[in-house]
Amino acid sequence: MSKIKMPVEKSHIMMFARSIGDANPKYYEEKDENVIAPPTFIQSSAQFDPDYFLRPKIGGDNWFGSGKEASGMKSSGSGSGGGGAAMGLHAEQHYEYHQPLKVGDVISAEVKPGKSWEKESKRAGKLKFSESVTEYRNQDGELIITATSVGVVTEKPVEN
Amino acid sequence: MLKKNEIKVGDTYSEKIVEDLKRTQIVQYAGASGDYNPLHSDDKFTKEIAGYPGVFAHGMLSMGMTGKMLTNFVGDGTLKKYGVRFTNQVWPGDSLESTATIIDIKEEDGETLAEIAIETKNQDGATVITGSATAKVG
Repeated sequence: MSKIKMPVEKSHIMMFARSIGDANPKYYEEKDENVIAPPTFIQSSAQFDPDYFLRPKIGGDNWFGSGKEASGMKSSGSGSGGGGAAMGLHAEQHYEYHQPLKVGDVISAEVKPGKSWEKESKRAGKLKFSESVTEYRNQDGELIITATSVGVVTEKPVEN
Repeated sequence: MLKKNEIKVGDTYSEKIVEDLKRTQIVQYAGASGDYNPLHSDDKFTKEIAGYPGVFAHGMLSMGMTGKMLTNFVGDGTLKKYGVRFTNQVWPGDSLESTATIIDIKEEDGETLAEIAIETKNQDGATVITGSATAKVG
């Protein structure tokens, strides 16, 4: 069960639109609150997940990105501590829109695990896929977006 | 919003969605989306730990940029579905062009819907995203 509670805010939509290079003036007009969020904006609900694993935690000392060393992960003293081979990548993302996502909505999310499967690939060895389905609802409990995400863990880095 | 009497199966719409992708834009996306995976901003980690030649874009940045082409084509708030597969990584310096093709126009529950195929390619012609969308038509 996720603890996400995401207030949909105009300034957040503006920053998101900037980051994807979307020049639609709707996202930048200060006074216009009548804005429908960009189709992938709901992904930024990660900002409102207190436990989101791809954000360093305040006071936390176990962020896996580099500092003095290439990884800040404290070594357990037994081996390399993972890294490369166990790296997850995003394989697929699907959204179903039930109602427009609007400024002023407060969104909660419920994540359900989906299927998992394996496949061999020439470029990255054994691939382990896993799916998760997230239902995003507004403050009135109405279903706004259903998102299906497929992640893949590769045996080795993808050859390019 | 697309108009029923102005579209037909086979119609296409293309947009250059990014030219010479900058590392800074990837950082902007990390900041806005909240996805701070070091693979996208931390070259040292990405090279030495993950084993890639350098940082690369979030799949969701490519999907977001492709989505801007899509909303420019079909209009705001008209999408019923939008889904993609990430078929190749996107690197700093890449230039991407995204194309939508109407593959079906149908009536469903009193609404007219356009089924759209989506493809985003890089400067070398490699496909980085394939996908599909369903949009309401006026």
